[in-house]
Order: sequence, then C-alpha cells, then structure tokens
Amino acid sequence: MIEFFRKQAYLIDFTMSSLLRRKGKNFGLLLVYTLIVFMLASVMLFSHSLRKEAGIILQQSPEIIVQRLVAGRHALIPAEYIQKMGRLRGVTSKKGRLWGYFYNPVVKANYTVMAPDHLDLSTTEVIIGAGIARTIGLGIGDYFTMRSNNDTFSFQVKDIIERNSELVTTDLVLISPKAYRVITGIPEGQFTDIVLSVRNPREVRKVAEKLVQKLPDIRPVLREEILRTYDSIFAWRQGIVFVLLIGALLAFVIFAWDKASGLSAEEKREIGILKAVGWESADILHMKFWEGIIISLSAFMLGYLAAYLHVFYSSAVLFESVLKGWATLYPQFKLVPFIDGLQIATLFFFTIFPYVVATIIPIWKASVTDPDAIMR
Amino acid sequence: MFLSPAILALILVSAVISLMLILASGFAIQVLQKWNINSGSELQLNLERRTYLISTLLIWAFASELISLMLFIYNAESMSGQFVGAMCATGVLNVNEWGWPTLFLKIAIFFSGTIWLALNYLDNKGFDYPLVRVKYLLLLLIVPMVITEFYMQTRYFMEMNPDVITSCCGSLFSVDAKGVASEVSSLTPRQAIIAMYGSGLLLMLSGTWYLLRNKGGLLFSLFGLTAFITAIMSIISYISLYIYEHPHHHCPFCILKSGHDYAGYTLYIPLFLATSLALAAGTISYWKKIPSLNSSVAVYAPKLVYLALIFFNIFYILATWWVWQSNLTMESIWQ
Amino acid sequence: MLISLSDINKVFNQGKHNEFHAIRDISLHIEAGKVTCLKGSSGSGKTTLLSMIGCLSRPTSGRITLENKILSGLPERFLTDIRRHTFGFIFQKFNLLQGLSVLENVMLPAYPLGLNHKDLKASAQKLISHFGLDRVMNNPVEWLSGGESQRVAICRALINDPQILIADEPTANLDTRLSQEFMGLLDELRKTGKTILITSHDPIVFNSPVVDRIVEMQDGQIMES
Repeated sequence: MIEFFRKQAYLIDFTMSSLLRRKGKNFGLLLVYTLIVFMLASVMLFSHSLRKEAGIILQQSPEIIVQRLVAGRHALIPAEYIQKMGRLRGVTSKKGRLWGYFYNPVVKANYTVMAPDHLDLSTTEVIIGAGIARTIGLGIGDYFTMRSNNDTFSFQVKDIIERNSELVTTDLVLISPKAYRVITGIPEGQFTDIVLSVRNPREVRKVAEKLVQKLPDIRPVLREEILRTYDSIFAWRQGIVFVLLIGALLAFVIFAWDKASGLSAEEKREIGILKAVGWESADILHMKFWEGIIISLSAFMLGYLAAYLHVFYSSAVLFESVLKGWATLYPQFKLVPFIDGLQIATLFFFTIFPYVVATIIPIWKASVTDPDAIMR
Repeated sequence: MFLSPAILALILVSAVISLMLILASGFAIQVLQKWNINSGSELQLNLERRTYLISTLLIWAFASELISLMLFIYNAESMSGQFVGAMCATGVLNVNEWGWPTLFLKIAIFFSGTIWLALNYLDNKGFDYPLVRVKYLLLLLIVPMVITEFYMQTRYFMEMNPDVITSCCGSLFSVDAKGVASEVSSLTPRQAIIAMYGSGLLLMLSGTWYLLRNKGGLLFSLFGLTAFITAIMSIISYISLYIYEHPHHHCPFCILKSGHDYAGYTLYIPLFLATSLALAAGTISYWKKIPSLNSSVAVYAPKLVYLALIFFNIFYILATWWVWQSNLTMESIWQ
Repeated sequence: MLISLSDINKVFNQGKHNEFHAIRDISLHIEAGKVTCLKGSSGSGKTTLLSMIGCLSRPTSGRITLENKILSGLPERFLTDIRRHTFGFIFQKFNLLQGLSVLENVMLPAYPLGLNHKDLKASAQKLISHFGLDRVMNNPVEWLSGGESQRVAICRALINDPQILIADEPTANLDTRLSQEFMGLLDELRKTGKTILITSHDPIVFNSPVVDRIVEMQDGQIMES
C-alpha cells in the first residue's frame, strides 16, 4: 500500500516537472480550459443566485392572490368579494391590494406602483426604489412626478428602498392608497386583487379550490405556482445558454484531443525512454492521468474562482443583460454568495468529463509505445 | 421536457458512457474471439495493449456513473420546486414511471462496475490473465444495462410534465398506501431492526469466518448485499423517522438536506463503500483455485473483507447513533 | 547458464506484404558473470535479439528462459516487472531526459517501484559519486560532455541493482579514448559479478580483452559463437 502511494508521489513529482518544462504548450491549454470553466460557472452561479434571490423575496409574499376575471381578462375586484368569501378554514388574513404599472416616457422605464395601506404615507409622499432614484437622480426630499390622463402629480420622496433585495424593488414606487385612486381613477371599493394568507402550506390548494367554487369569476394565483414558474424559467434560461455554449465546449474538446494526440517528437522520445528504462504502460497512463488531474483541477479552480469573483463581486458585468432581461432600471445588487453540490457536479460533467473523454484514447496510444522503440 | 444544465449533463454523460462501453465491448468481442496468451504474434500484442484502453475507459465510465448517480439525486432534489406536490427528490422521481427504474439501474450499474473493476484488478495480477474471458463476458452483460439506463433516463426527462400533480414522500412512503415503498415503510421498526442487525450479524460472522478459514467469500458478498438492502429498508422504515424527529416521515432523500445535518451522507457513504467492498471481496475470493491468482487472492481478499467489515460497522454505529441521539420517542409503535 | 533461448523467431508486419523476419530460429545460451558481445553489421538482427533478451519485446515464437523462469509469453505488465529488477540498459544515444538533472535521470527507473525517497536518493548519490560525477550531480544533463553522459547512463542502468547489464552499441558516439575508458568501466562491473551483454560492430569492443565471448550474427541468424 505504502509503495502505491509513494509511487503516485513520484509520478506526480515527475508530471509537475514535465509540465513545467513545456510551459508554452500547457499554458495555452490551461488558459482555454479556464475560460470554459469560467463561462459555464458564471452562468450557473449567476442564474442560480437570481433564482434564489427571487425565492427569498417571494417567501414574504402572500400564499394566494385572488384576481377577478372579466371576459378572460384581469379586472378590478370589488371589496365586497372579501365578505363573499366568508370564513375559510386555515386562512389567517384577507386583504385588498392596489397596484399597477406606470410608464415613464422620459426615461423609457416601467415603474411598479403599489399603494400599501400599512405604510404611514401622506397623500403627497412617495417611497421609490433605488433604481428609479439612480436613473432620475433623486434623493430624499426631492420631488417625484407622475403624469396621469390630464394632470401631473408631484410627490416628495420620503425614503429610498434599501438595496438588499434590489432585484424586485428597484423599480418600485410606493404611494398612499388615496393618491393612487386619484391618479388611476380606481373608485373606492375596488381593488387590483385580494391576497390571502394561509398558515399551513398543505391547505393552500384546498383553500384555492373552495374559492373557485364560491366565486366562479375569480382566479387564485398560488405562491408555490409562481415559485415553480420562476424555478423553471431560470433553469430553462440557463439551459438555453448552456446549449449555446455547447459549441464552445465542442471546440474545447477538439482542442484537448488535438493537444493530447499531437505529442511532440520530444515528448514521444521521453515516453520511449521511460518505457525502455522500466516504466510500464500503466505507469505512463497514471502519469498522464495525473497530468490531466493537475491541469483540470487548476483550470477548474481558477475558472470557478474567477467566475465567483465575477458574479458576486462585479455583479456579473459580462452578461447580466442576457440573463436578467433588458431593463433600463438596472438593479445593481450584490448577490449572496453560495456554492452547492449540484452545481459543482454539473460543472464537472461539462468541463472535466469531456476533457477526460477526449484525452483517453490519445493518452492510451502514447502509453503503449513499444519499449524497444528507442533502440531502433 | 425540461432543459436545465444538470439534466443536459446527465443525458450527455449517459450518452458518452454508453458510447465508451460500446467501444470497449467492441474490443471485448475481438479479445474473446482471438485471444491466445501463448502466442507472440502482433495480433496478440495488440490485443494485450487494447486491454489497457478498455480498463481505462471502464474505470472512468464507472467513476462517472457514480458521480452521475449523485447528480441525479441532487437534481431531483433541486427540481422539487417545479412540480406540484413534490417536496423532495421522491416527488420528482414519481413524476413519471421512469424515475425510480433509472435510479435503481444507476445503483445496479455502480455495483456491477465495482465487481468488474475488482475482477479486472485481480486478472492483471495473474501472469497468464486467466480471467480475460470471464471479465469481458461480464462487460458484455453490463453494456445493455448502461444503454437501458440511458434510454430510461432520457425518457424520464423528456416526459416530465409540470402539470402532473405528483405524490411525494408523504404519500409514497406512508404506511396506509399500497405498493413496495409503503410495504417497506409499514415494516414495524421491530421487524426492520431485526432484519438490519440480524443481517449485520450474519455478515460479521461470515466475514470473520472468511478471515479465519479463507472460506465463504461468496457467502460474504451475498450477506453484504442483504445487509445493504435491509439497511436501506431500515433507513426508510425507522432511521429516517428518528433523524426527522417526525413519526410519519419515511423518506430516504430528505436526510441528505442541510436541515437534517446532512445525516444521509454519514449513512450512505459508508454503506455504499462497504457494500462495494463486500462485493469485490467475494468476486476476488472465488478465484483462489487458479494457480496464477492464488497468491494475489490470499493477499487482497482478506484485506477487502476487513475493510468491508470496518465500513459496515461504521454504518451500524452511525445509524444507531442517529437513532439514539434523537428526541423522537416512538413508544406507541413499539409493540 | 543464466539465459537460454531456443528456436527464437521474430517477425514484423506479420501477414502483410512487407512481412519481415528479423530473427530466424536462434538458439543460444548466455552464461552468468561473463561479458558477451553480439557482433554484426546493422540490420543483422542483433539489436532485435538484445531487446527480446532484455524483455523489451516478445518473440513471435520460441522460448526464452531466465534461470528457470519462462519469459516468452509473459504479457508486457509482467515482463516490465522482471526487466526492471533484472536488467539495466545503456543505449546508443545515452537517451537521457533533457531538462532533468543528473540525479533525477539516475533515479528515474526506480520511480515506479515506489521506494523510500531518502533511500533512493542516497543510493543514486552513491552511484553518481562512484562514477566521479559529484560535481555535475544537480546540473541538467544537456550541459554534460559525451563521456559524462555515458557515465550518467551507466549509473541509471545500475540504479535498480540489476543482475544483467545490456548495452546497445555503447561506443558508437564516443571517441577512441572514451571507448577504452568505457571498456575499463565494464571490466570493473564484471568484477562485481554482473553479467554483461553488448551489441557492437566496433573493434575496440569486440577485440577488447574484457569480452569473454563473441556471437557473430548476420541476417537474423548466428554465424558463429
């Protein structure tokens, strides 16, 4: 047993020195390899943390949103629907919400306007998201204007929303319900939708079923369904990017194959000498295996580290527009760093695995050189 | 159909492993037909060189199969958010009829791979390669398994339908439901404990017997396999309950989550390792009558038996510990 | 009698149009503790024969035994194992690995054995100083002169303490003075009990008093011995 480990130590030692003796060739390979890992890892880390972020935000949202449909389209819901629902087992609260979108042609951006009643906002005050504040250059105390059909309304900025969940709040505008009704013309007694809180997640579906029975013109939207949609959309986008990157991956595989099979005369001579002085095919295979491991691990760690820095410390400057969609109000948020096994294993199969497969046959060919070739 | 990187990776890997094995079996067929160890002809020399390639291909294929087994479970776990009714991997595996067979096949391939690698290792110690035909025949038997796995896994992912309301561990592993999974769950803890520790005892006895007398290697493997099955059944039937501290949650996957201190890894890693070692030990011990392998068998088989016993013991100790340290008391079920 | 060959044949490109019989029906006994020289022009098959004796290749047919072990028919994996414990090789062009130091080159054949590094290094250093190479021990081999390279090659051949030393045209790249010096080293090795096998068509070698026996070869057959 000890011989086995000592032998591997000798082989690693020899491999390291032989890698260093051919810096040029191996550096090129390492660079391309690292780049591949970097690209794939960036995509994965980035979209995965977006997904997580969305999940964290949705965790605070209500379990069920009730919308009214008129002719198949979302319509305002009258306040008396809250009474009509009656007492539902497991529902802890029912509340009407007022919210909508507002397009600002000057900065060509869509705001999400909400009118929560629990905030103590006077009719002339507003709280805005950091993205809006950044784009129009507003600070606390400045005036924020919104145009409706004929009139222009000005609000004083009372606060700017903290940046820790900027992805969703970046374009948010919070005003008082009264002001909202004036701007949009939604009459008293009407809401955009109604939200229900349900304590036990297992009862959510049951509650939704009962709601539809009682009020046939409503559509309940469940939080778990939104989460599920987010999940699959992010996974899907990531998948699409990966499919696009398969071309690059294939190029890398061919490159690796070529590097491994195109041994220089010098390397061939070296393997010939090693075999002649008493190394066996399996020893050469082991040595080449270590070479692959050293290159792969270096590339994997360098690429992953670079991707990690890229995503979590530079906010993925290179391709956030691809994965986040093209919004004018760019969220500038720092994602919460994390690593998980699924990602590492997936990344392994997209990088190290193809490399290994591409090099097996060339390595084997090199290792079965005739031991007496050097004498001919 | 879902298109996520993990799914792409799994399909890709299965496809590549299948190709590697098909390639290897092509060589294997040539070897089976033309192998003649006594000849010094160039053909024979080439065949001998091919064996290095086949070994290398297979070592990588089986290692990848192991990682792909892990990825498969991780992936099922992470997709649980995308199906109605799925709370963990169980629900995702239940999405269609291909999920569970794929998982079982992956485990079976992993263990077959272990046996093959053990056989290959031993054969390479005999100067006349006495097991060449045996091991390549075995390889030809493994190839269809790998291809079937590729087919099943592809169908599993292609036919995933997000509209299906799946049933998760709560219903699959519940005592009242029907089917194998619930039969396992409804084993009373007493039965499961007797089965697990009983098979463990048999294993220890046969292992010790082998170490003392050099006999009963295959029996040891057989008990190893039985111990594996009873251990999995026990995890579902009662160990998981103690880890979750919940009297009705029988799930073999949720114990892998961080919320349960990754308890699953402390059980599955020693268990799979021990079972592989036990299978390898039996495989090797069987060939002690071949003169060129005799001395190698005498060296390696006892080592493997010894290691297998150590890891099975680690598993039993950890399993016992998880139960013992749990706050759950199940006196009502202890009749 | 140490090595015995009976009815050895070696055919290249078997079954193809360019089939070539390098060795035809050779039977030979090589005695222990002696210096044997295979003499012949290039293409006479002496190197092929040497590589089969040294377990570098396998005969197409025939039987080679080393003491009482049958070598022919052993797969490469086992041949290599026997070779690295039994044979040391000195090649025509020295065949040292460029870029590695003298010490590393000498230690190289022992790497797959997994010996204790300290012991291995000590025995390599002992060999190197025995052959007067202390001064260049840590230099890369490309800095060495022809004579020094030759001595490094001998050290490398001796690192696993083989019973038999095989040298293929060892003097081909050396001038007369160095060739004679080499024969002197061989004599010294023979006195320590090594069996030595040389191929050569250099008169300095086969006329040297060090050589105990000359086997003359032509067209893959033995002319006289």
